[in-house]
Amino acid sequence: MRAKAGREGKLPAIAEFDSVGLRYGTGAEVLRDLDFRLSEGSFYFLTGPSGAGKTSLLKLLYLAQRPTRGRIRLFGEELSEAPRESLPPYRRRIGVVFQDFRLIRHLSAFDNVALPLRVAGATEEEVEGPVREMLAWVGLADRASARPPTLSGGEQQRVAIARAVINRPELLVADEPTGNVDAEMAQRLLHLFTALNRLGTTVVVATHDVALINATPGAQLVRLENGGMADPTGLLRNPPQGRR
Amino acid sequence: MMLAWLFASPADRRLLGTSRFRGPTPWVIAIMSFSIMIIAATGLALANTAGALTNAIQARYAVEVPGGGQDLDVLVAALESSPGVSSVEAVTESEMRRTLESWLGPAANSADLPVPALVNFDVRAGADLGAIQKRIQAVAPNARISAHRDRVAPLLRSMSELQWLAFGLVLLLGAAAAAAIVLAARGALDTHRFTIEVMHGVGATDLQLTHLFQRKIALDALAGSLGGAAAGALVLILLASGASFAGELTGGRTVASADMLLLLLLPFALTALATWVARVTVLAALRETL
Repeated sequence: MRAKAGREGKLPAIAEFDSVGLRYGTGAEVLRDLDFRLSEGSFYFLTGPSGAGKTSLLKLLYLAQRPTRGRIRLFGEELSEAPRESLPPYRRRIGVVFQDFRLIRHLSAFDNVALPLRVAGATEEEVEGPVREMLAWVGLADRASARPPTLSGGEQQRVAIARAVINRPELLVADEPTGNVDAEMAQRLLHLFTALNRLGTTVVVATHDVALINATPGAQLVRLENGGMADPTGLLRNPPQGRR
Repeated sequence: MMLAWLFASPADRRLLGTSRFRGPTPWVIAIMSFSIMIIAATGLALANTAGALTNAIQARYAVEVPGGGQDLDVLVAALESSPGVSSVEAVTESEMRRTLESWLGPAANSADLPVPALVNFDVRAGADLGAIQKRIQAVAPNARISAHRDRVAPLLRSMSELQWLAFGLVLLLGAAAAAAIVLAARGALDTHRFTIEVMHGVGATDLQLTHLFQRKIALDALAGSLGGAAAGALVLILLASGASFAGELTGGRTVASADMLLLLLLPFALTALATWVARVTVLAALRETL
């Protein structure tokens, strides 16, 4: 595990997991005894073998799943048992990128990217400029009216990233974002993530892509094994000079 | 503001796709609306006919004198001079026999057939029926007095039962329409499950999502109920000759202006019901997710 201990200790936590466990139905726990904190403005890679629980952990992070035990604090608020009506405002502060893009097929690239802004109540005038700008940022200015089925995998992933960051989220969660794109595109996506991170967004990327991890020297590595966190140095659980 | 959800932006309209009136919902609602319109109009016409009939005969009595009307003029004069009697109408023996001829043929004119004398009279409100009866019996001791309302009571009872049946059918059809909307809403939720997940993921509230489905179903229901009601109205107009005949028979209109207004409101009531059911169904379904 690599961690920038000094920086970690000084930054407030954007997410804190306390004895968190998760099981689906009556099955065995897919995540257990997770104790860690993610610092604001940091960049994390989440790795581990298939079935280790990476996607489940990300679901807890982007509030698509509740833990079956333990407590999760996001943005300083205890949300593990928060009423579901209170969750949408927190979800608007999180951007999510999926391996399978999860774009709405019958909407144009423009409408897909505009979705978080419209959900947040922005008017069409407020939507137009930022969405055009965002599409240009991901290199798709000329594909605004294209629908997802007519876009390549890389283009779809960039639309998905544009949608995830259009609201300037405080936390960006990406689940195998380079799984369906070639190496060159993967590097381009990584540049987008690091650029966002430099702007202050906390980034958590679940990936098996070693090249991607090696290309991001400042990032911290979190490894999941059999539903538990492999934290041999204890840096995640007890960061030096931490504020937990 | 309460209806702001009905006026969605083009972007919101695109979220559930642009196809409109394609599913079965408008057709199901149209059939329900058509049926409700016909049944409600029939029920209202029955109610009005029964009301008109009741009004016409409420104060009407008949005096029947067995064995003919030798003293008919005296009886009529006695009735006319009785306090509280507003009108008197004698049915002559020849009129009686003419009426009976329709059923009995020439036998109706046989001297062997005893035909009673009949005098119809109307009384004013508060008339002393006992005093009138005494006067009648003073002139014709074996006369029988009967209220018209007693004679048509079984008919009125049947009409009342038919009105309740029509009312019950309207409620049943409304319930069936509501059940169809529940199925349509669940079907729409299933079809757009992915869109819902994505929208929830980017922070959409249940109410924002509900408004999308509520609006789509409301428009489908409005189109269907207006179409069905229009078809029902056309059928009612085609049946108007029969209806006006019934109106003449009872001396009144079969469907009053207030009833017309009620019938005009039915498609909108059905749309409101469909919209409310859609809202409740969608909200309940969304609450089952996180």
